[in-house]
Amino acid sequence: MLLFLEQLLNGLQFGVTLLLMASGLTLIFGIMNLINLAHGSLFMVGAYVGATAIAHGSGFFLGLLAGVGAAAITGMVMEFVIMRRLYRRDHLDQVLATFGLILFFNEMVSIVWGRQPIAMDPPAFLSGTVEFIPGAPYPAFRLAVIATGILVTGFLYFLVMKTRIGMWIRAGASNREMIGALGVNISLLYTLLFGFGAALAGLAGVMAAPFSAVQSGMGENILILTFVVIVIGGIGSIRGAVAGALLIGLTDTLGRVYIPDLMRLWLPPSVADGAGASLASMMIYILMAVVLAFRPRGLFQTHG
Amino acid sequence: MLAKSKKAALLGVATLMMGTCVAGISAQAAEPVKIGMITTLSTGAGYLGDDMRKGFELAISEHDGKLGGSDIDLIVEDDGLKPESARQIATRMMESEHVDLMTGIIFSNVAMAVVPKVVRDGMIYISTNAGPSVLAGAKCDANYFNAAYQNDNIHEAMGQYVQDQGFKKVYLLAPNYPAGKDALAGFKRYYKGDIADEVYTKLGQTDYAAEIASLRAAKPDAVFFFYPGGMGINFIKQYAQAGLKDEIPLFGPAFSADEHLVDAVGEAAVGMKNTSHWSPDMDNEASKKFVAGYVAKYGAKPSLYSVQGYDAANLIGSAIAAVEGDMSKKDDFRAALKKADFTSVRGNFKFGNNNHPIQDFYVREVVADPDGGFTNKLVGKVFSNHVDAYASECKM
Repeated sequence: MLLFLEQLLNGLQFGVTLLLMASGLTLIFGIMNLINLAHGSLFMVGAYVGATAIAHGSGFFLGLLAGVGAAAITGMVMEFVIMRRLYRRDHLDQVLATFGLILFFNEMVSIVWGRQPIAMDPPAFLSGTVEFIPGAPYPAFRLAVIATGILVTGFLYFLVMKTRIGMWIRAGASNREMIGALGVNISLLYTLLFGFGAALAGLAGVMAAPFSAVQSGMGENILILTFVVIVIGGIGSIRGAVAGALLIGLTDTLGRVYIPDLMRLWLPPSVADGAGASLASMMIYILMAVVLAFRPRGLFQTHG
Repeated sequence: MLAKSKKAALLGVATLMMGTCVAGISAQAAEPVKIGMITTLSTGAGYLGDDMRKGFELAISEHDGKLGGSDIDLIVEDDGLKPESARQIATRMMESEHVDLMTGIIFSNVAMAVVPKVVRDGMIYISTNAGPSVLAGAKCDANYFNAAYQNDNIHEAMGQYVQDQGFKKVYLLAPNYPAGKDALAGFKRYYKGDIADEVYTKLGQTDYAAEIASLRAAKPDAVFFFYPGGMGINFIKQYAQAGLKDEIPLFGPAFSADEHLVDAVGEAAVGMKNTSHWSPDMDNEASKKFVAGYVAKYGAKPSLYSVQGYDAANLIGSAIAAVEGDMSKKDDFRAALKKADFTSVRGNFKFGNNNHPIQDFYVREVVADPDGGFTNKLVGKVFSNHVDAYASECKM
């Protein structure tokens, strides 16, 4: 039972990392109608810049700021230089262009930082463990990730539901032509929104760096899951991103732990281990297929 | 991706030009030996191929752009860890670039797409890393030489070590792909105690929190894991962050603890035991010269992949010298390769009946490097002149 609780917590933490990525991507995809495959590259930029700043003695919080800032600036430059030309093109052009950006960023970080992965440690005050489930000390940094996720979700809720910018964002998600006709400076809103989404990706990158390898191509794995999250949640919906991220986080984690055990009930262990692992890694895609079969526009569909 | 392979090719050409500039004045321009190197230079595993290539190029530059007295035309291409692109590159190298021999593949799945085909077509292939069991056993080939190891070897050595250390209940983890299964099979060939559990994770997985929680609950007395590259960094860090580092010791092959990997993991990897056919502090002249030359040329530490590239280049050099650069003497060239008449930085090195190395395996421990960062220190020898398990299935 305690182990199950711990695994729930792991699932929650994984979901929160996905949420940081997904909330930015869903805004960009839903409101700007832009498929940005290079969102994972912004995650990578955040991780690299954050880790480098900390390695040069900036301390954790300055490093975090540097990573988030670098991702935001990179995002806004990307929007200004490239994305603007793509809004009126079809999705295939956007996919091709942003896929090109993935290759560009991956090669760029190999040139700047080399092909060897680089290191980043959690700050000293978060490097220990907290034993609030008896017998299962939980890494403090993972708790910090969960806390960050909850804070960011709260902030997003406030921003989207309670502020004027949020109103524009919601309006833009419902009807893009109309909001432009009402005199909102769409191109500025888009640049800011893209920068904001990039900053969230950068934040996710810095928060992921202490327990993962900071290396070229690190953004692609998480990018695929992020797309699954926003497709399940409903494109453009923050609430959908929250639900989708938690659903995917929990499904993936619990699937990995319990499916191989379940398979052993019927199959010989040597077969069950391999087959169970394969089935577990398919679980989230099966979940996506089921959700889309019943709710083709995702769990929380936006209007329009 | 195209740009990348072009860059790789350009780099190869540039190296070659630098080499020929030095040698070109005196030497009569004999036909250079063309070597086609297909390796993994991009993706998260790009540093493995990059290190291997650096080792190979170091050997060439130590001989003023030559190997075995002949000029070398090294063509390097990135396979991007994709078997199908490797196969296309191989076809192009054979049919339009007419290379004399091929080398360089890092991953076994990529090797399986290329090696059986090219050796059947008469191309000589020298492996600098991948050593899938099929190619060591039933499908061994006179044109195929492995200058690295057979895949199971390094895991077998750890199985023996963990057995010798008296551990009774070991938890096993590996990625869910053929080399992952070979790894655990190799370990179990020499480890005879209980297996607490055997877990296969998705290839390229980044978060191991769930596996680590289950591992803790299973209460093993040791953990053996095979996670090369980025997966290894993630796993070791997360293992230490979960507070398990001082409770349950970690054991792995050198792939889970190469020089770059432990640098990226840092403090969390210190004390981890791992098995390899080489260690940076090995007490032999060739190895000392290699490490010093490598650090001077690249400003970075060599890894086992660098060693394999360097040894392969010197092995090729010994055979080129034996045929005096005449690559049309294929039989003589093969016979010369088989003699392995070169000084390996690993010490003992010879080929078995299946053209796979018979060599020694060691245990190393991750320590803080006095020159900064982290490195491996030799602890002891596990196997002397170890022959792989498939040699008897090879009819050569």
